[in-house]
Amino acid sequence: MGQKLTIEPVTRVEGHGKVTIHLDDDNNVIQSRLHIVEFRGFERFVQGRPYWEAPVLVQRLCGICPVSHHLAAAKALDVIVGVGPERLTETGEKMRRLMHYGQIFQSHALHFFHLVSPDLLFGIDANPGKRNVIEVANEFQELAVQGVMMRKFGQEIIRATAGKKIHGTGAIPGGINKNLSIEERDFFVKGSDLQNIDKMIEWSKDALKLFKGYHQENRKLVDTFAAFPSNHLSLVRKDGALDFYHGVLRAIDEKGNKILHDIDYQNYLDYIGEEVKSWSYMKFPFLKSIGKKEGWYRVGPLARLNTCDFIPSPLAQKEFEEFKAYTQGKPNNMSMHMHWARLIETLHAAEVMRDLLNDSDLQGKDLVAKGTKCSEGVGVIEAPRGTLFHHYKIDKNNLITMCNLIVSTTNNNEPMNRAVRHVADEMISGQRSIKEGMLNAVEVAIRAYDPCLSCATHAIGKMPLEISLLDKNGVILDKLHN
Amino acid sequence: MSKTIIATTSLAGCFGCHMSLLDIDEKILDLIELVEFNKSPINDIKEFTKMCDIGLIEGGCCNDENVHILKDFRAHCKILVSVGECAIMGGLPALRNNIPLQECLEEAYLNGPSVMGNNENAVIPNDEELPVILNKVYPCHEVVRIDYYLPGCPPRAELIWEALLALVTGDPLKLPYEVVKFD
Ligand code: SF4
Repeated sequence: MGQKLTIEPVTRVEGHGKVTIHLDDDNNVIQSRLHIVEFRGFERFVQGRPYWEAPVLVQRLCGICPVSHHLAAAKALDVIVGVGPERLTETGEKMRRLMHYGQIFQSHALHFFHLVSPDLLFGIDANPGKRNVIEVANEFQELAVQGVMMRKFGQEIIRATAGKKIHGTGAIPGGINKNLSIEERDFFVKGSDLQNIDKMIEWSKDALKLFKGYHQENRKLVDTFAAFPSNHLSLVRKDGALDFYHGVLRAIDEKGNKILHDIDYQNYLDYIGEEVKSWSYMKFPFLKSIGKKEGWYRVGPLARLNTCDFIPSPLAQKEFEEFKAYTQGKPNNMSMHMHWARLIETLHAAEVMRDLLNDSDLQGKDLVAKGTKCSEGVGVIEAPRGTLFHHYKIDKNNLITMCNLIVSTTNNNEPMNRAVRHVADEMISGQRSIKEGMLNAVEVAIRAYDPCLSCATHAIGKMPLEISLLDKNGVILDKLHN
Repeated sequence: MSKTIIATTSLAGCFGCHMSLLDIDEKILDLIELVEFNKSPINDIKEFTKMCDIGLIEGGCCNDENVHILKDFRAHCKILVSVGECAIMGGLPALRNNIPLQECLEEAYLNGPSVMGNNENAVIPNDEELPVILNKVYPCHEVVRIDYYLPGCPPRAELIWEALLALVTGDPLKLPYEVVKFD
């Protein structure tokens, strides 16, 4: 009789997702699934709301990176109000960029210090009770303080640009509702020792050093764990530079061949579709030209460094060159290198913030651009976790009639399923019971993608996991949780 | 003095309220001096291992699991606090309350422009692994007794911090006007 294994990446109680693994009679893995168990219905219930509410409504999908939703919605509305993403005022666009790079910085810092650093400091095999940020705070206080202060810096940037640290109101259709005062600017540029932009750049470099040291000592683990080839998708600036705020859509295959040629994302529906599966509320996006089966792709830091040609800031560009050299310029398909890519992006975000803070356009008074209204718009942005799509239609009364969202974690749905399958094949096949290490391994594999469902529960701790072993009929044979 | 024991959970919320707790920044180090976390994402304790002094609830109830967890929190926490608009009144997710659930599902899985034409078998997720969605999103106090409410979406970090201090020390809560916000 075959078996089915259930892993809940988030406890039943916090339940936002779980994993099941089906075994055949010889205990070989025949199927594994990551189920997302949350359903909200935003696409339907924002219908009938005035369009200008979208940036403040839809960000309530996610309190971990609300700025991404806030800005993706605003970018879609820029199109609707006839301004388009490229005709904002200098002040409007630069304020939004500062907000967004602040968000990337805080989110990446949170992920690295609160979530990944316990693994690096204590080892992946350490007692789960030890691998959390409270223990980091107890044993490596200086590092914990760094993590806290880096996140704080990003959150303060968001407050200064969006008005509020979480669920702000700064971006409005066609622009922004405030500029950056000299006092606000000086807080970040000349602020105290632990709270200025130069310190943030220095600490970003330190974090990279920490990761690279770990990589050197654990090369096999970092290079082979849940590594598998895939397509990669992201926005890139028109000249091929890394850009989190705006650009064209590019996808490459595992060998680096372009399979989506820098297209205008207003036409995303011509290129991207979504499949629905009965066992998850999260849909499965794919590139239409390749098809449902093989058209899935990765998004996020690793995908971005694979698709872009260069990074437009000197320190991060140097790190990027080292990163590229590691795979002889070929796409990097190693899941654990996501952490490396994320830290290079953190450094880049800090450099961009420094340049923006020193730009007097932020004190400009021309905040909103005007145009001729139309009824439909698409906004796409590179959120910390990857490409995020917002698409709205409105009627003549300015009410929303259609809202389509493809969020970053959804774009990574299939890759996360693949990562789990890799771990399952390696650690479960041929076994009759669940081994303790399995919990950690699945956790580490999913965590590399920093999905909202896990980073959420990890914000201050680590991912709760539950595995149950079931037979073909769903009868539980074994159960284990950390 | 023995530490106050705290449990936290996110039901049908966006985790923004938990993030706001993190926004106390450096004070997080003071917090872990004052309190011990039991069942919470903070330390990954899955089941309650003892009675807790304070339970912080983010989010309302949109599926049967949320209800189950909330009741479990009531049974294990002496004081239960609804943190944020979602817990207090359902919040944004409760916008679906005057729309039939089926319409929400159909919009997401059948009619959306990126699924249309790609869902030949008209699949709407319904697996036994998925929790049962409730007809409406319920605020927490309609499901169990709630002792205190912290308004805001999310409540400001300072409000959460001051409220926790007051509950832990028994001193009266300082509530300056600027700290209480309803957005
Ligand atoms: S109250 Fe606001 S911040 Fe808190 S969970 Fe609800 S939407 Fe998120």
